[in-house]
Amino acid sequence: MSKKKIVDVVNRSLRKRYIKEAVFKFFGHFSMALGLLFLAVLFFTIVSKGYSALFATEIKLDIEFNKSFFSNGSSVNNKTIKNADYRKMINLALHRALPGVQGKKEKRELHSIVSDNAEYTLRDLVLENPSLISQTKEIWLLADDEVDMLNKGLTKKTSKESDRKITNNQIGWAETLQNVGRLDKNFNSTFFTSGDSREPEQAGILAASVGSLLALIITLFLSFPIGAATAIYLEEFAPKNSKLIDLIEVNINNLAAVPSIIFGLLGLAIFINFFGMPRSVPAVGGLVLTLMTLPTIVITSRAALKSVPPSIKEAALGVGASHMQSIVHHILPLALPGMLTGTIIGMARALGESAPLLMIGMVAFIVDVPKGFFEPSAALPVQIFLWADSPERAFLEKTSAATMILLVFLILMNLMAVILRKRFEKRW
Amino acid sequence: MSKLTQQKEKFQKQAPRQDVHLEMEIGDTIGEYKVANPRMTTRNVNAFYGKKQAILNVSLDIAKNEVISMIGPSGCGKSTFIRCLNRMNDTIETCRIEGEIKLDGVDIYESSYDVVPLRAQVGMVFQKPNPFPKSIYDNVAYGPKLHGLATDKTDLDEIVHTSLERAGLLSEVKDRFEEPGTSLSGGQQQRLCIARTIAVNPEVILMDEPCSALDPIATAKIEDLIEQLRQNFSICIVTHSMQQAARVSQRTAYFHLGYLVEVGETSTIFTNPKHKLTEEYITGRFG
Amino acid sequence: MEISLPTLSIGALIVAITTYFLAYRRSRNIANKAGGVHMLHSLPVHYAMRSALWCAIPAAIVLILWITLHDKLILHYIITENFSHLAQEVRNFEILNNIKNAINNEAIYQISNPDIQLAAAQYNEIKKETLTTTSFYSFALIITLSIISLIQINPKLQARNKIESFVKFVLATSSTLAIFTTLGIVLSVLIEAVRFFQSVAFFDFIFGLEWSPQIAIREGQVGSTGAFGAVPLFVGTALISLIAMIVAVPIGLMTAIYLSEYASRKMRSIVKPLLEILAGIPTVVYGFFAAITVAPTIRSFGESYGLDVASESALAAGLVMGIMIIPFVSSISDDVINAVPQSLRDGSYSLGATQSETIKQVIVPAALPGIVGGVLLAISRAIGETMIVVMAAGLAANNTFNPLEAVTTVTVQIVTLLVGDQEFDSPKTLAAFALGLTLFVITLILNVIALRVVRKYREQYE
Repeated sequence: MSKKKIVDVVNRSLRKRYIKEAVFKFFGHFSMALGLLFLAVLFFTIVSKGYSALFATEIKLDIEFNKSFFSNGSSVNNKTIKNADYRKMINLALHRALPGVQGKKEKRELHSIVSDNAEYTLRDLVLENPSLISQTKEIWLLADDEVDMLNKGLTKKTSKESDRKITNNQIGWAETLQNVGRLDKNFNSTFFTSGDSREPEQAGILAASVGSLLALIITLFLSFPIGAATAIYLEEFAPKNSKLIDLIEVNINNLAAVPSIIFGLLGLAIFINFFGMPRSVPAVGGLVLTLMTLPTIVITSRAALKSVPPSIKEAALGVGASHMQSIVHHILPLALPGMLTGTIIGMARALGESAPLLMIGMVAFIVDVPKGFFEPSAALPVQIFLWADSPERAFLEKTSAATMILLVFLILMNLMAVILRKRFEKRW
Repeated sequence: MSKLTQQKEKFQKQAPRQDVHLEMEIGDTIGEYKVANPRMTTRNVNAFYGKKQAILNVSLDIAKNEVISMIGPSGCGKSTFIRCLNRMNDTIETCRIEGEIKLDGVDIYESSYDVVPLRAQVGMVFQKPNPFPKSIYDNVAYGPKLHGLATDKTDLDEIVHTSLERAGLLSEVKDRFEEPGTSLSGGQQQRLCIARTIAVNPEVILMDEPCSALDPIATAKIEDLIEQLRQNFSICIVTHSMQQAARVSQRTAYFHLGYLVEVGETSTIFTNPKHKLTEEYITGRFG
Repeated sequence: MEISLPTLSIGALIVAITTYFLAYRRSRNIANKAGGVHMLHSLPVHYAMRSALWCAIPAAIVLILWITLHDKLILHYIITENFSHLAQEVRNFEILNNIKNAINNEAIYQISNPDIQLAAAQYNEIKKETLTTTSFYSFALIITLSIISLIQINPKLQARNKIESFVKFVLATSSTLAIFTTLGIVLSVLIEAVRFFQSVAFFDFIFGLEWSPQIAIREGQVGSTGAFGAVPLFVGTALISLIAMIVAVPIGLMTAIYLSEYASRKMRSIVKPLLEILAGIPTVVYGFFAAITVAPTIRSFGESYGLDVASESALAAGLVMGIMIIPFVSSISDDVINAVPQSLRDGSYSLGATQSETIKQVIVPAALPGIVGGVLLAISRAIGETMIVVMAAGLAANNTFNPLEAVTTVTVQIVTLLVGDQEFDSPKTLAAFALGLTLFVITLILNVIALRVVRKYREQYE
């Protein structure tokens, strides 16, 4: 073929080829966009559904702390304060605010627009400040979750009464209260200061968060030293051709890819059944998470140690340092940022894990904030899992809000890791 | 005293260190850079990697059916220069080319000029043999298939056969077309890469130090090959070895720190260099 | 005097610290007499550390032995003394549990059963006694060791070497933890699974078509009804994983190709971290997202076309699982594509290939082993995934490949069987371990193959 003709052949093939090129490039771009779209949709869904949980609807009532409630003729003391009938005080105030309610059923409906923990709120107020007795004060009390949902616009007012939990009467009363400024949304501190509850408006993430924190503390204090020690040994001291060392390395690589639920089974069989440790406690949760995070930490720590140039070690040995001293004084400090980064990322992963914790029982209904490593507790991701199952509409926003908080923690941890890496990244 | 030591002493007496003119001003190119009926022409080419300039105002023609070698010390811009000729520098983000480079009269850096047919006409063989992880057959057939140069399977077979024969590899591999290209020895791999390049029937073949990773026997085979290929192609070969340049090329261009210092007939350059720098490089005062 | 565990620990710590300073002093004195610190083999710090370790380590060993063994031994003693009249099986598990609960709650006076009350009181008493005795002897031991170690300090003593050997020993031991973990997994899962297979035949389990563990218990016929047939679980797992792969592999691979070959450096530096975020989102969040958004959307979508879609369709779970796996596939593919040497790309471009041709015909085939390895690892991840399927897939064991129906998976059943107050030995619990064994074996095989493939691929290019 003459040279001229070849060029023509090539040019003729070009059009088709460039179309293929454009299509291919488009698919690449499209896939990337799709991935980002999923991310955006995920975040948007969670935030839009959870944002409202940061606010709670409250009702302002004029509570009359009538002395007759607090004394049975004799003096007022802590016992009488604790045992006073706060429910009655609240109900009286409700009738004052919304007069003219007759009938047993209607009265019950009226009483239930306020959350049933309102009495404890009042009790705690009076305990703190006994001078309230014989006064009448305006108090903001937490509204029931159905009223809360209504106020946030998450319940349809127009559907049939039998299709929803909130009654028409209650809707009317809520509107009346709102019109006179007695019903409003305020910052939902309950969400951040309470443990779990059967009532959505009283449910909070504090207990679960503390449980997670306790478990993570154990995980950190166990997995970082052991992981670092293993990495140092494998990188610096282990004989190169040993079958045992190969076995260890194969094990570590495999363990890093084992499904997390298997670690839960391990925890159940060994820690709980064999060692007899109690269920649902952060100590066992921390141990299981340690075993799960260790392989990852070992792998990233080894990479960090490998990245230190051998010339530094040789220089140290050259001035007479022992092997151990060259590691502790020279290599380890240089590899430490990388090891810490890997550990933080490992911790972030452990924070989000729920499957192994389900297995060892950290899935109980925990109301009180756990105070020790051996007290029953839940964990934040497990709390999300539990709430996701609840039928009440109000738990949907709580679950989303808890997810938001979990994501915030994770983003903070990852940011910390990235900043650490950037700050200490040395260019050899 | 051994002969080598004698020669060394003679050299050192002739050329004490301080006589080397490394920092001398380099003026215009010495020697005739133009040819009649050139295949490719380059005029006032400047190449930049970011802020650093790698090629300064180089003009050079490539003639038809000739082997022209480019010599010079490390970092003098020879590889950068030949990569300009097939626009392989486009793959490097920070690289910027100025000047005029023409293939058969058309400026290849014009914005509307299509790179794909250019590279089909100006092929390249690299320093380290880089066969694809495909069979020997598929390696050679890759280019023709891409451009649709073969009308059917028989045609393609013939192209592959011819290319392997021209590359001097056919006899060694004719029974094992299906074996991976990477299973060959270093020298064979390089000849496979040459076969692959000539399978698309280019006009010019650029070779960037093609023998530097090979042993002397493989090198010799490829140098013979170059002499044969000259009948059908123009060949630009960058080489670190002056002896190689002397063996295979008709014209030689000497580059120094991005400048084209001198160009001319190979025999002239090596026996009677005109520029001081050329002479010092040739005689081994630096490099 | 009341000695408690914390007191013992602090006491031992004080002895160790005191020994440290005494040893330091002594080594300096010896050094001064001998003509300077350089006349000693090691630095004073090393001598001090050595002596401190001589005290601390035996103390630590005693403490650990106490903590792990004391309650088992004491309980065993109490039971053989007082409860030998009860049946063997019941005795060990129930009583243990009750006594332990009693002790943990500290409300001994509230226990109804007088036997248990007595046992709990006895337990506390024995515990106190043994702790006091142990403490006494341990302190004696520690102080003796401390004195010996102090006497041994002399210039020729190679304290630093001893310490370094000890540290090396500790490092080596912690490395073996990896093996112990695997061993632990294998043993614990295997033992319980074997016990399960004593009630339910292995072939019934692997090939049985009906999974209804609840029915089995109620009728009291554990093995014969074949209600522990795991095939529906395997089918469900396979279906959801398949959907996930169909989503994740094309998107992940194409994204990786685009980011490494086409995208500008700036775009790559923005998009890559964003996709990493997808990888870091906890699976429970994905599960929640699947349950509240994806599943209902698919359902209403399907219904508007007249299709009957379950509210917990396999499609919903598989889709979300696929989204979760995208960054996984993308990241591994990106690594292997970048590992392909530039020389191959140069070779292809210099022949006049376009970018897509180079990618399709040179780079991807070259990177293929690595990509396949990555996909295998992704499959392993999909199979072992728990939370997404627990929250978005159902409990109905269905032998179907229809993505619009509800299916259940191996991991969901493991969770269902074990969550809640179970008797540890019931066949339901054991079934969970049998499933766990199956899961572990399959993922292990996949991982081993995948890791080997990826390693071979890397060796080719490095």
